[in-house]
Amino acid sequence: MTMPVPLLEVRHLRVEFPTRRGTLLALDDISFTIAPGEVLGVVGESGAGKSLTGAAIIGLLEPPGRIAGGEILLEGRRIDNLPYEQLRAIRGRQIGAIFQDPLTSLNPLYTIGRQLIETIRTHLPVSEDEARARAIRLLQETGIPAAEARIDQYPHQFSGGMRQRVVIALALAAEPKLIVADEPTTALDVSIQAQIIALLKRLCKDHGAAVMLVTHDMGVIAETCDRVAVLYAGRVAEIGPVHDVIHRPSHPYTQGLMGSIPAMDEERERLLQIDGSMPRLNAIPDGCAFHPRCSVAVARCRSERPDLMDAGTTRAACWRVPERK
Amino acid sequence: MVPLVEVQDLAKTFDVSAPWLNRVVERKPRQFVHAVDGVSFSIARGKTLALVGESGCGKSTVARLLVGLYAPTRGSVRFDGQATDSARNAGELRQLRKRMQMIFQDPYASLNPRWKVLDIVGEPLREHDLVGGVDALRARVGELLQSVGLAASDSEKFPHQFSGGQRQRISIARALATQPEFLVCDEPTSALDVSVQAQVLNIMKDLQRERGLTYLFISHNLAVVRHVSDQVGVMYLGRLVEVADKADLFSNPRHPYTRMLLDAIPDIKMSGRSRTPVQGEVPNPLNPPTGCAFHPRCPHANARCSSERPSLMEFGGVQIACHAVVEGRI
Amino acid sequence: MSSPSTPAAPGALARFFDGDVWFSFKSSPTAIVAAVIAFVCVFCSVFAPWVAPHNPFDLATIDLSDARLPPAWVEGGNSKFLLGTDDQGRDILSALMYGARISLGVGLASVVLSLIVGVGLGLLSGFAGGSVDAFIMRVCDVMLSFPSILVALLIDGVGRAIFPNAHDTLAFGVLIIAISLTGWVQYARTVRGSTLVERNKEYVQAARVIGVAPLRIMVRHVLPNVLGPVLVLATIQVAAAILTEATLSFLGVGVPPTSPSLGTLIRIGNDFLFSGEWWITIFPGVMLVLIALSVNLLGDWLRDALNPRLR
Repeated sequence: MTMPVPLLEVRHLRVEFPTRRGTLLALDDISFTIAPGEVLGVVGESGAGKSLTGAAIIGLLEPPGRIAGGEILLEGRRIDNLPYEQLRAIRGRQIGAIFQDPLTSLNPLYTIGRQLIETIRTHLPVSEDEARARAIRLLQETGIPAAEARIDQYPHQFSGGMRQRVVIALALAAEPKLIVADEPTTALDVSIQAQIIALLKRLCKDHGAAVMLVTHDMGVIAETCDRVAVLYAGRVAEIGPVHDVIHRPSHPYTQGLMGSIPAMDEERERLLQIDGSMPRLNAIPDGCAFHPRCSVAVARCRSERPDLMDAGTTRAACWRVPERK
Repeated sequence: MVPLVEVQDLAKTFDVSAPWLNRVVERKPRQFVHAVDGVSFSIARGKTLALVGESGCGKSTVARLLVGLYAPTRGSVRFDGQATDSARNAGELRQLRKRMQMIFQDPYASLNPRWKVLDIVGEPLREHDLVGGVDALRARVGELLQSVGLAASDSEKFPHQFSGGQRQRISIARALATQPEFLVCDEPTSALDVSVQAQVLNIMKDLQRERGLTYLFISHNLAVVRHVSDQVGVMYLGRLVEVADKADLFSNPRHPYTRMLLDAIPDIKMSGRSRTPVQGEVPNPLNPPTGCAFHPRCPHANARCSSERPSLMEFGGVQIACHAVVEGRI
Repeated sequence: MSSPSTPAAPGALARFFDGDVWFSFKSSPTAIVAAVIAFVCVFCSVFAPWVAPHNPFDLATIDLSDARLPPAWVEGGNSKFLLGTDDQGRDILSALMYGARISLGVGLASVVLSLIVGVGLGLLSGFAGGSVDAFIMRVCDVMLSFPSILVALLIDGVGRAIFPNAHDTLAFGVLIIAISLTGWVQYARTVRGSTLVERNKEYVQAARVIGVAPLRIMVRHVLPNVLGPVLVLATIQVAAAILTEATLSFLGVGVPPTSPSLGTLIRIGNDFLFSGEWWITIFPGVMLVLIALSVNLLGDWLRDALNPRLR
């Protein structure tokens, strides 16, 4: 059986920021794939580079940040080196985006109908009426009541959760194959979060879109994703099916991360804590970036950077992993 | 045993009316937000009460009412048996202030960016004349920093040289300077990464054990609350809907809103539990529903729920404000 | 259990030269040129008695036979008087330096006074809120609806009426007050805006919980954090103050004639413009423009350098 062509393939991606004190490498050799229709979670703490990964894929890296190496392939074709016009055509049509803050994702001066219709007609050859009908259908799908009336309202007339639904509708408007969602539920209340992630998962399945879900919340990842990549200091620490990464993590960082999350079902006197903090971009250690905080580090960890290694069902960037097998 | 903190029918109303001129010209009515609408609870010495709820439920306002940042519209706060609003003079109020302190949510805004850590942590010491001379101050600040896991030499640095978790520790050190008995913690770990959160929560628990501190812990994260609290109070639209011991609340939540909250938490263990679908959103606080504030979203609401506001009462070992529970319907 | 500590903090001066502001200065040719010009002007004016080739106000050194000499590079000029002389035989270059001294002195003094009044009122307004805030802001609105020159003229006129035999220092005082009254509103509004933002920040709330008195919070916590934009404003206002003073002096209601500022010099020279002795009015004008321009450019650079979003 031949491997299907992955929808998105990121190979050895490097993103750097030239500053006056030297060049900072924010993403250092990141590689992963997303299959069509799959939901991949990208999880990490602040500074790990997860939002940058999303931005690089959509092509919205803020200058002076730039892609310094590696390739991003969408359906087998490179998109990281495209000129602006072609990239703009792809963005929206093939790749949709959902950002964290629903307040700033929508233009407050236009009705949501205007914004939806504009997006649809930019990417699909339909008439104004057809676009409007599609927009109303989308709003209904995202659970906005009285969509025909509300389509002509302005963003400020919607609550936070409702706005995020509109943003999801906007992202799906041009029928993209991939949705990059950057912390879509972090700014929302707990009860709304649950509604929105369920919605996202269902809609993407219905529309056949793959999702790259960037977040720091492991719970959201557990609920929504098929596979997950754990980022640390701009590198992939572990990647694999969600169930295995969460319940049988192989990388010491993932283990520490899982241990430090307070659980809903069990009591623990002390939470497992990883001493220290993620290194700043200008102070990344040699070898494995995690070794100063790692309880099982050996000499090799301090000098040689580990590649992603086979650890059963997951892959982890850790020299100790092969020994355990 | 007199509880250390006792709150009775505490309420705070904010006037959010349009400016006078606009009201006259556009004939708009005055508008009020009942951010806290009659809240009562008590905290025993050495224990932690957690207040949970979603945005707009009033938990942060309760925190600020307790430490005196807002004056209550009605109701009373008693600290160690003494009412805080009727403190007879400014001197007594200051003594009371020393015994309770607050830790804030935002590690970046809670420290003055232009002050050195020495001055930040030393401010309460200076304000209350607790140490004499710069050397004594430096020594004491050094001790405080070490008790939260930082180095004494960190006192010469500025806040921007520290990470979020370290800044939150500096906040804790500052709060401990006057050796308070009661700490109000307003979402102290919500802005921190998970692994940093674990460090800060561990420190807070250690300090509580070592010094017999009493905490009021505000959070929207039920998993964290489960880890740190002894008792939990659930708030909705300015009212307490359920107060119970932690074990009771998590194993057997009674109020429909509590159940909805617990159900809504993403399940990291993926136990595949079934969930009741969640309805609607938090209503506009300017226009709260009549009767029980939760009734529009409640699957068990009846006519009484939409007209009569339920009061918090003892029932089956917990305190609950729900007609359906008290009537035995759920 | 102590976490790896960040490296030790360097001293304040070292921090400044390592910081973004200095870097921004070094990489901006406009800022460097403007700073050099401003420095030269200020240096010459402050040290005028030592730097100027002649003392144009010492009657003993003035000789009427030197009157109306053109600048040194023009035919008929004298290298002793580089920029020429006026109708009394005074050296223009020296008069420029002494004049700039007066102009800068009055300009700086009025800015300082404006600052004190404006920042103070702005802080009070932002911190106290309510009717105090409303009152102060209405006063600002009223002040802004008057053209600044008219206000200055009015105060000046009133001052002269009250003190008809005003001797020089009083005249200066009135002038400085007049100019500062036109400038304080900007500071008040800016500081009020920043104060409103800072007041709700948690470090202010923490100070309140500790029990610190409101006045102390205002001065020790909030003030250091709102001074940034004020610095930029003050720099630009110096130029505006100098120009206002020049205008007033040109109109004859500014500095007393015994201490001519650049404005006075321009006025005096104006009468000779059409008889061909252009240098008597043009050079003071050029000096005025140079000072105002360099200070304005410095202010512009400073605003961009201090803007955190552009860093």
